[in-house]
Amino acid sequence: MKFGVLVNEGPFTHQASDSAYHFTKAALEKGYEITRVFFYHDGVNNANKLSEPQQDDRNLVRLWSQLGKEHDLDLVVCVAAALRRGLKDEILAEGFRISGLGQLVEAGIDADQLMVFGD
Amino acid sequence: MLHTVNKSPFERSSFATCLRYARAGDSVLLFEDGVYAARAGSPDAEELKTATKDRTFYALGPDLEARGITPDQLIAGVKIVDYGGFVDLAAGEGPVQAWL
Amino acid sequence: MAETDFIDDGDEVNENAKKFMFVNRRAPYGTLYALESLELVLITGAFEQDVSVAFIDDGVFDIVKGHDTKAINMKNFSPTYRALEGYDIEKMYVEKESIEARGLTVDDFVVRVEVLSAEELSALMADQDVVISA
Repeated sequence: MKFGVLVNEGPFTHQASDSAYHFTKAALEKGYEITRVFFYHDGVNNANKLSEPQQDDRNLVRLWSQLGKEHDLDLVVCVAAALRRGLKDEILAEGFRISGLGQLVEAGIDADQLMVFGD
Repeated sequence: MLHTVNKSPFERSSFATCLRYARAGDSVLLFEDGVYAARAGSPDAEELKTATKDRTFYALGPDLEARGITPDQLIAGVKIVDYGGFVDLAAGEGPVQAWL
Repeated sequence: MAETDFIDDGDEVNENAKKFMFVNRRAPYGTLYALESLELVLITGAFEQDVSVAFIDDGVFDIVKGHDTKAINMKNFSPTYRALEGYDIEKMYVEKESIEARGLTVDDFVVRVEVLSAEELSALMADQDVVISA
């Protein structure tokens, strides 16, 4: 079973990114493949390395980077959505890459199931 | 197929819309603020009770706990699952529609 | 496989096309979802997939005639729905219950749509490979 994951909201304001993260982690623990995690709409903000949450709170950007590294995940940020929101290469967190919407379509084609997390 | 609802029925009509679309044999997973739909006395509680006859309703345990909703407060028939259970539901037959 | 291998190059039917349904439930302009979803619909059409677009709840307002966005200084994206036909995207549905609740009829829309009840639309939805909501 291969899952694609679509994250439509940024970190903290909505629970979407947390839910997507926990789902992705649980799927990997069950031995499923995550073909791609695609960040669209405000979801692109999950790739902003400048995010600095409070010390005693989870750092979602870092959590995604770490999960990506640990499991060799393809974390893709939509270029058009990113440009709109000022998310550029120079502030891109480790493990993310910026690419076109076609990558989301391909994720939908390649995966057995595409999961959407949003508001 | 699986339907997911993540917003409270007091805030948004997404759960009500979901009920129009969940067919016999489908599963509905309530998570994030959507777990409030599983609480006794919530809007659409009667529709949910009726729907449990041929559809299966689940609430995500971690989100219930976060919001202080205990199992005894849930509408009868709603099952509690964890993230692993969520994955199992998503791995089932048919597509998944996220009613945001 | 290069991305361009999926680009529409004529009237050939893509036998490997997956069924994508895009569910629009948001009103226009109050949030960006409808516009950004439309961009995704266009790309999916360019990849020659089997695309359906469903307008449910406030999503039906996305395609209503008469949008005039000058005073709010935002892009009027409703005419772009007419461009979908050029990508062979013709399966556009509005939910009967939603248009009735909002006092709308098929004549109110900028594109040709099929009116389906929730029951009919849910059967279609269950038949999809990918369902994307925003």
